[in-house]
Amino acid sequence: MINESAVFWSRVLTETTLTFHIIYATIGVGIPLMIMIAQWVGYKNNDEHYILLARRWTRGFVITVAVGVVTGTAIGLQLSLLWPNFMQLAGQVIALPLFMETFAFFFEAIFLGIYLYTWDRFDSQKKHMLLLIPVAIGASMSAVFITIVNSFMNAPQGFDVVNGELVNIQPLIAMFNPAMPTKVAHVLVSAYMTSAFILASIAAFRLLQGSNHIYHKKALFLLMKLGIVFSFATALIGDFSGKYLAEYQPEKLAAAEWHFETTGEAPLVLLGIMDDGEVRYEITVPYGLSILAHSNPFAEVIGLDEFPPDEIPPLYIHYLFNIMVFIGMFLFLVPLVYVIGKRRSWSFINKKWFRWVIVSGGPLSIIAIEAGWWLAEVGRQPWILRGLMRTEQGATTSDQVDLMLLLFCILYIVLGIGSIVVLRRMFRANTIEREIAERKLEKR
Amino acid sequence: MNLEVLGVTVLWTFLFGYVIVASIDFGAGFFNAYTLLTNRSHILSDIIKRYLSPVWEVTNVFLVFFFVGIVGFFPLTAFYYGTILLVPVSISIILLAVRGSYYAFESYGAAGHKGYALAYGLSGLLIPASLSVVLTISEGGFVDIVDGRPVLDFWALYTSPLSWSIVLLSIAAVLYISAVFLTWYAWKANDPQASDLMRKYSLIWALPLIITAIGIIVEMRDHNAVHFNSIVSLWPLFLLSGLLFLVTVWFLWKKRNYGLAVILLIFQFAFAFFAYGISHYPYLLYPHLTIHQGFTNTEMAIALVIAFILGLCLLLPSLYLLFRLFLFNKKYVTGERNDHV
Ligand code: HDD
Ligand code: HEM
Ligand code: HEM
Repeated sequence: MINESAVFWSRVLTETTLTFHIIYATIGVGIPLMIMIAQWVGYKNNDEHYILLARRWTRGFVITVAVGVVTGTAIGLQLSLLWPNFMQLAGQVIALPLFMETFAFFFEAIFLGIYLYTWDRFDSQKKHMLLLIPVAIGASMSAVFITIVNSFMNAPQGFDVVNGELVNIQPLIAMFNPAMPTKVAHVLVSAYMTSAFILASIAAFRLLQGSNHIYHKKALFLLMKLGIVFSFATALIGDFSGKYLAEYQPEKLAAAEWHFETTGEAPLVLLGIMDDGEVRYEITVPYGLSILAHSNPFAEVIGLDEFPPDEIPPLYIHYLFNIMVFIGMFLFLVPLVYVIGKRRSWSFINKKWFRWVIVSGGPLSIIAIEAGWWLAEVGRQPWILRGLMRTEQGATTSDQVDLMLLLFCILYIVLGIGSIVVLRRMFRANTIEREIAERKLEKR
Repeated sequence: MNLEVLGVTVLWTFLFGYVIVASIDFGAGFFNAYTLLTNRSHILSDIIKRYLSPVWEVTNVFLVFFFVGIVGFFPLTAFYYGTILLVPVSISIILLAVRGSYYAFESYGAAGHKGYALAYGLSGLLIPASLSVVLTISEGGFVDIVDGRPVLDFWALYTSPLSWSIVLLSIAAVLYISAVFLTWYAWKANDPQASDLMRKYSLIWALPLIITAIGIIVEMRDHNAVHFNSIVSLWPLFLLSGLLFLVTVWFLWKKRNYGLAVILLIFQFAFAFFAYGISHYPYLLYPHLTIHQGFTNTEMAIALVIAFILGLCLLLPSLYLLFRLFLFNKKYVTGERNDHV
């Protein structure tokens, strides 16, 4: 029995919670690595500025972790509350990585507590820095495990269905499904990339506000170098994700690329709008899609005509795909120009407008994360478990979901505003100039 | 021991861990707010902060572990409990979220105002109350199967004396556990004033605790005779728990052995908690769901158990380190060192 309105509201609530959680979760995955790199650079070069950088990032990080933890707890429970039938079925095959994720959280939480409260307790910075390694590993492993669950939803395997019952279950085969390598890798590097750009945004913004401190310049240069590495990796693995889709989820790729008929020498459709089933104003790159999907300009790419109409995902994911890819390209070029410009002393990289471009990197990478997830999740529709269970079959039958949606929306608004206000207050009250003076770090 | 019993034992143990750590946390928030209202906050708030700050996230993970684990080992619970608990558990999540994040906002960010501390303290009582509803529902009598799907009878739940006694017990237990622990912690921190205050609160809350606990057993006789009988058949365990309770109170009364009192308290609750758990066997939800029906397949169960053992090898040393650095570190506990980032 399916309760139409419960299905609808469950979807909206899941989308809302995940869209909110993913912001904090991504930051939570990436920032520990950035802190570690800064602390390491500071330790190696004996440069207190980098140590202080690590320290200040950590303070901000605690706030985002808190919101990440509470919204994560919400989505964890909501999976069972809103999708009980799905969890009951999928839980039999994919409970293992979810369970392992809780150990990753545990590990991270314990060492984060220790790390936060032992600055200056040890005689050497190095000892303290070592405590951060489990935090970074724990955070990244949480992302790995939860993404494995999500890849299972896209490419379920590791079981047989006999008379509607799941038998012959192999938890490890289920975990190492075809979607897993590209998905996990893309999610991880895009989280590192996003964190680098968010921190770079802050540094550039402080410089724009008139603080001309060398501290921000050092931070910016470090982050731009990291930005090149991670955005390149993100784009590269994104390309692999496309190839995965062509092989295993052709309907998602076809919908994302507006590729309607199976052909060889398939062109790539960029931009454009959908007008009454007609694609307009698009840019067509000959052979593009065949190259993207199979690295071969003549390869055949499966189109939407091979699927029954009720199994085709919504076509608007094309826009999401474009947004993500353009942001990905843009954010590869920006740090590249900056770093080369720095080497060659191009003056425009210190101009106001270019600083604003860097500031835009943080929000843009968050937008790319959101667009990417919406593309991945909406592109899987109408399935919750591809080929096995439709989304409406997984949902709860409860009649109160709409009320809960309202309550959770209020909660997220409060948490979102609260975290921003607290972060601003924290750093306003304790500017870098003041902190350096207090710590008498300036040896001049 | 078969796999489903092993699984449920592991989960119950972690739930017990959550009950203890979270009670200390919830109660501490309440006492903090209470002393703020009565203008005695200077006595307690430092002590409470020092204990809570490094461990609050760990507390939450205990809960996450439990609910992820139960769906892993017993996927059918997602179907039964997931469908009926939408409203009560959503409320708990929201309270937990507000509480957890404001704790971090306050203690790491800028100090907020009195209102937050009060809301924080109050939520510490509402959360155990709202979570304990799950236990009440598991006793049966509130869930009907209509058209093959479980439906919760809200009215019966909210008018049942059993659910209100369980709510009261959860609140009394939270305050008692927390007060006893903080008595010891403050004493260890060389803060006799705070320790005395907490000792007073422990003694005050001991009485409601024992009254509600006995009251629930009595009510169970009318509500769920099967469960009542299995509780009665486990009387030695409950008796032991009661004796430990008396010794703890006696130590507190005599102002001695606070450390031992905490250990006895943990054992007191462990005996009662596990005896209750055993008496609940084999039902996860009376009378619809037993651990045998709800159990996952053998392959997954074995995989989960292996993952659990490996996870423990990682976890126990880390927890030990956490406790050594904070709970049992004299310099930290007494506030001599504060190396906060
Ligand atoms: C900073 C964020 C970011 C950036 C710049 C990019 N992506 Fe991405 N992308 C993600 C963040 C992301 C993500 C949020 O991590 C997703 C959502 C789900 C997933 O697996 O990763 C994702 C999904 C995703 C998918 C769907 C995978 C699936 O559903 O299985 C494809 C095909 C791509 N990406 C391809 C690309 C390409 C070709 C990019 C070129 C530059 C690109 N992405 C940049
Ligand atoms: C392991 C990870 C994940 C699981 C188990 C999961 C689960 C689900 C479920 C049950 C649905 C069905 C609801 C629906 O169709 O509307 C869904 C859809 C959706 N999820 Fe995921 N999700 C995961 C990761 C994410 C993440 C990280 C995001 C980040 C934003 C996300 C965003 C969405 C969105 C936007 C939809 C809506 C699709 C639509 O409109 O039809 N998901 N997901
Ligand atoms: C359906 C999908 C998801 C579920 C059920 C989920 C579950 C959770 C839970 C229960 C927590 C709180 C853990 C605690 O108490 O410490 C949490 C936090 C977290 N989640 Fe999610 N999560 C989901 C999606 C994601 C995704 C896609 C990522 C990464 C890309 C992610 C990364 C994190 C991280 C890093 C944290 C820790 C908070 C922090 O350190 O900032 N989560 N999540």
